[in-house]
Amino acid sequence: MSETEVAGTWISDEMRASVGGEYAQRTSFPISASDIRKWAQAVYYPQPPPPLYWDEAYAAKTSHGGIVAPEDFNPFAWMTAAGPADVPDATAPGSTFPEHNLGVELPATTNMLNGGIECSYTGVRMRPGDVITAVTCLTEYTERPGRLGLMLFTTTESRWTNQEGQLVKTQRDILIRY
Amino acid sequence: MDVAVGDEIPTYERMSSFQHWNRYAAVNHEFVDIHMDDRAGKAAGYSGAFGMGHLQWAYLHCVLHEWMGEDGRIVSVKTQFRSPNLNDLRTIAHGRVTGVRDVGGETLVDLEVWTETEEGTVMAPGTATVALPH
Repeated sequence: MSETEVAGTWISDEMRASVGGEYAQRTSFPISASDIRKWAQAVYYPQPPPPLYWDEAYAAKTSHGGIVAPEDFNPFAWMTAAGPADVPDATAPGSTFPEHNLGVELPATTNMLNGGIECSYTGVRMRPGDVITAVTCLTEYTERPGRLGLMLFTTTESRWTNQEGQLVKTQRDILIRY
Repeated sequence: MDVAVGDEIPTYERMSSFQHWNRYAAVNHEFVDIHMDDRAGKAAGYSGAFGMGHLQWAYLHCVLHEWMGEDGRIVSVKTQFRSPNLNDLRTIAHGRVTGVRDVGGETLVDLEVWTETEEGTVMAPGTATVALPH
């Protein structure tokens, strides 16, 4: 048993003290029209994606005035503006966890799942050429017993803004580890 | 648009398969073993590999836009991922209207949204609010 797995809890005092901490700031490369088109192709596959996501001539005539990205688009995939060192490697255990970035010892869990997502959108859409910055804080730890053992729920909150400082969305992610 | 509490919006349906997951992994840089390898899915306690929660999240946005059109605005969406989208089962995204409000000149519609398998297992239950196009 590791030092973090004590008395039937995954949450160490050090983890508890780190709640509220800002642990990541990511800035995207400028979004390209192809990034948006490929995203929409993947999500709408095998049907063609709506022209708003790939046809500039069509999109220019809509209320959006041009191509916009789907609200769920991720501009941080495949490297951020900070370069390769800032790319979380999903195959490297713990590298994407808040504790790793807050200098806190990781809980000794062995599996993780995406527990849920909550997003509020402002109506400011992501567009080709936009540079998005996301600032992420550790918001909460909770835990409860589950079918696969004691489950640790970690909630983080990210605020996404564009290059003009306009808030695009606020996203809360719930990570489950066990 | 005429909208009333209790209305069900048209579903958005996609197969759950490596064809879909691999395309999504490629755009979201989401190369996680449980989405790529049946052995990893089994090691995590499931019957095999399963699709990304983020892909179900995307489908919950698609079902809203396919219904209200591209001029409709998604105000908020929240969901929990409770059951995995396993291979070879159709994923069906649903929405049911739970409220209609006029706020600041906009018509806001609250919905219960969820994804379920073709066998009826709810995978990602949640809620959403949209602003209908003028």
